[in-house]
Amino acid sequence: MDYVQEPVLSVRNLNKQYGGGCLNCRGAKADRLIKNFCPVCGTVYACRDVSFQVYAGEILGVVGESGSGKSTLMECLYFDQEVDGGEALISSYKNGEANLFAESSQQKRYIRNHMMGKVYQNAALSLKMDFSALGNIAEKLIAAGSRHVGRMETRGRELLEHVNIPSYRMKERPKNFSGGMQQRVQIAKALSNNPPLLLLDEVTTGLDLSVQASVLDLIKTIQRELGISVVIVSHDLSVIKMLADRTFVMLDGQMIEHGLTDQILEDPQHPFTQQLVQSLL
Amino acid sequence: MRMKYQFAFFDEGSKREIRRATLKAVAIPGYQVPFASREMPIARGWGTGGLQLTLSLVGKDDRLKVIDQGSDESVNAVNIKELIGKTTGIAITEETGEATLIQSRHRIPEIPLHAGQILVLQVPLPEPLRYFEPSEYETKKLHAEQEYSGAWLMLFEQIMKYGHMSTGADHPVLVHKRYVMAPSPIPRFDNSKLNDSEALILLGAGREKKIYAVPPHTEVVSLDFEDFPFVVEPFQGVSCRLCGARGVYMDEVHDEETGETLYQCNDTSYCLQRLNEKRG
Amino acid sequence: MGYVAVKGGTLAIEESIKRLKYERLKKGTVLECARIEGGMRALIDQVMSEGSLYSETLAAIAIKQAEGSPEEAVFLLKAYRSTLPRKHYSCTVESTDMFVERRISASFKNIPGGQILGAAHDYTLRLIDFALQDETDEGAVRWLNRFESEKSGIDVQGADLDNLPKVLDVLRNEGLLLPCGDNDREPDDVTKESVQFPTSRSQRLQILTGGQTGAVTSLGYAALRSFGALHPTVGELRVGNLPIYVGSLLGEGQAEEDYYYIGDIKVTEAETIFPVTVQKENGRKEIEFGIGYGMCYGQNETKAIAMSILDRCLESGDAGYPVYDEEFVLLHINSVESTGFISHLKLPHYVTFRSELDSVRKTRKGKGTVGEDEGERP
Repeated sequence: MDYVQEPVLSVRNLNKQYGGGCLNCRGAKADRLIKNFCPVCGTVYACRDVSFQVYAGEILGVVGESGSGKSTLMECLYFDQEVDGGEALISSYKNGEANLFAESSQQKRYIRNHMMGKVYQNAALSLKMDFSALGNIAEKLIAAGSRHVGRMETRGRELLEHVNIPSYRMKERPKNFSGGMQQRVQIAKALSNNPPLLLLDEVTTGLDLSVQASVLDLIKTIQRELGISVVIVSHDLSVIKMLADRTFVMLDGQMIEHGLTDQILEDPQHPFTQQLVQSLL
Repeated sequence: MRMKYQFAFFDEGSKREIRRATLKAVAIPGYQVPFASREMPIARGWGTGGLQLTLSLVGKDDRLKVIDQGSDESVNAVNIKELIGKTTGIAITEETGEATLIQSRHRIPEIPLHAGQILVLQVPLPEPLRYFEPSEYETKKLHAEQEYSGAWLMLFEQIMKYGHMSTGADHPVLVHKRYVMAPSPIPRFDNSKLNDSEALILLGAGREKKIYAVPPHTEVVSLDFEDFPFVVEPFQGVSCRLCGARGVYMDEVHDEETGETLYQCNDTSYCLQRLNEKRG
Repeated sequence: MGYVAVKGGTLAIEESIKRLKYERLKKGTVLECARIEGGMRALIDQVMSEGSLYSETLAAIAIKQAEGSPEEAVFLLKAYRSTLPRKHYSCTVESTDMFVERRISASFKNIPGGQILGAAHDYTLRLIDFALQDETDEGAVRWLNRFESEKSGIDVQGADLDNLPKVLDVLRNEGLLLPCGDNDREPDDVTKESVQFPTSRSQRLQILTGGQTGAVTSLGYAALRSFGALHPTVGELRVGNLPIYVGSLLGEGQAEEDYYYIGDIKVTEAETIFPVTVQKENGRKEIEFGIGYGMCYGQNETKAIAMSILDRCLESGDAGYPVYDEEFVLLHINSVESTGFISHLKLPHYVTFRSELDSVRKTRKGKGTVGEDEGERP
């Protein structure tokens, strides 16, 4: 893959903490933390100076144990959470020159509606469980300006078919769906506006193995067809191994290692990564 | 203890406060202005929002008309007329053209309003996004960010389920290309009368403590889709059994003897006026 | 008949109102307002509290007019209140200045100043006293005279009734209560400024104290029973009279001696105590006590305690249970609003229903598609 091009997304020094911090932990006193937790005031430093780029058409994997800050990172990128510092640029928005985190909430909504899709571990966070599966797809299309029922229905059916939702269930509410189906509806919804960037947060966690495999397969197929960029977060290295071109490893809110996925699997540098790879074997 | 109520019920300070909120509403068409709604001598849900607007505006020279679901004689209208009559002594009229101030529950009169008139609509649920999002705090944010997907999505779902938009009354509208607004439960038939109105239209929700407005000549568009245009209740081929009018909003009347369905004008004063003209 | 609007409305309404008066008078007896004030203390207190207007006389008239319906009497009072210009705000009231009639604590047996049972139904047997049918004014006077003479013989142990210390001070002095300074911010007047969410505590307390007794009690009970699982202890419940003062109109910064005394109001005050886990340094956790506060006009003890529970819920703002959600609690406990909106369903809905009919008929004609989900319309 050609990485000389401009990145689709670049993130610089993203910081996010839960809690106000205190004299013990504020500033660069990282050595006074237990992992990323300040024992004095209880502040958790969830993301510490995280920087990375995502290029067109690649899948970037983020792996780490639970509590390492992966999900917080994704929440920040999708504006579910406010960051405490850092910037993010998307090439399709204002020529990639505007820090998304500094935009107004109206603009952030615009960016979410037009330039990103996100799939959560918990489907209830992105699906309206009481609206039909088709309505869920339409929600994103409406938000992006569509006002034509026929076209939205066609597009919705197309996407849902793509993720293997049988057409006779498309008008049903996701509430009645199995976990795997809900994830697939989420994926369809996230893809509805052809976003250049798709964020996947532990999308297969909690699904049984055969369902996991089919969802991962689906992601891979769709990503190839549409050529979109994907950031996928998982605590499960096998998921990352199956999907990601490049991977970075997070520990205690920091990025500790990054490189091509194969490289990381074959020659892990950091002790934590080594442990992680070991456990995969 | 013997006490008297003052002109138009409220003390002047309260009237001023309500008028201030009203001015703000006029300045931002379709935006719901919160106001410190007072408890009124008629029940919440019986038009206290409209009543507070009317009482804050009424002067000694006003001529007032009150309509309840099309009728000047229906219980709610009678109550309100009685209260305003008792506390102001102003003239009450049934003729739409003659009134300076019209308070109405869920209808806009058939006779077009003219400049200088004020129509006050009573509103039970001012928030068009309420069934999409129950929290007031959240809907306020949606309005601020002009995020109205929910309003269209509700209509989309209806089409998915029933094959058409199934809103009854209170079909949401977009005001001045900015705010989505609940027009109060007027029938869809009346929605178009909000658009480019000659008269000032004020909407008051007492229980929910909101005032909002459609100033004269404001663009008001009913929400719909390109391939599912907004449609009103159909009255094709139907005429009023009393005055013969067509193309107005009709009540259905069931003849107990023949079992037949007949129609008559819902706007009773309009019907009466036509009958009188015919005779005259 | 079908969906026609009611005609001849004015006449029909006049007759209905006449009929109502007939129902009130048909037994040929008239209830004097003075007798309501004398014998219906609890109802008067409830109506004043829910009506947020302190006047026993007005409450008695309203109760008479409403034939004893609290929701109707509250309605009358609140509507009357809307006509009153607000010329002064009273000075801050300290509840330690209360002239106490009743004061109990469930947290300590021996409290400084002692437990004072006062007048309460709590200790009565709920057996109907059939003798009340034969009670006379003369008998009442005789009883009163005897009561007065007995009372003068009882030693009140020198309790300083208008200067009793607060029970919570015991805990406060031990450092067991979560520390809080005096909050001297001017309260937000909910009658002047409509409530916006999130609310301030002063707004919450105003709305809670004016809430419908039954609604406040039910929600407080829900928080206690399971949906919130709180375990409060009544630190102190006191009932008594508070003096009310207003400052002079001459301006700010005047001395306290210049305040005008305008009368006493009887109130119930409840302070309940809740164990709260507090995170201390180095991950250490401690349990301290948090307070819930309730105060209502008149003697309304259940309501005041329930209010203090809800105050605590809304203060901590934990999501998860509806009673912790300020929109859920504050927007649904006002008697005039809830009863009004429910009763509005009795109004004609001919036009709106006609419009709905149209939609239902269209659906029936069958453009609905296969495979659709059962469920409500959004």
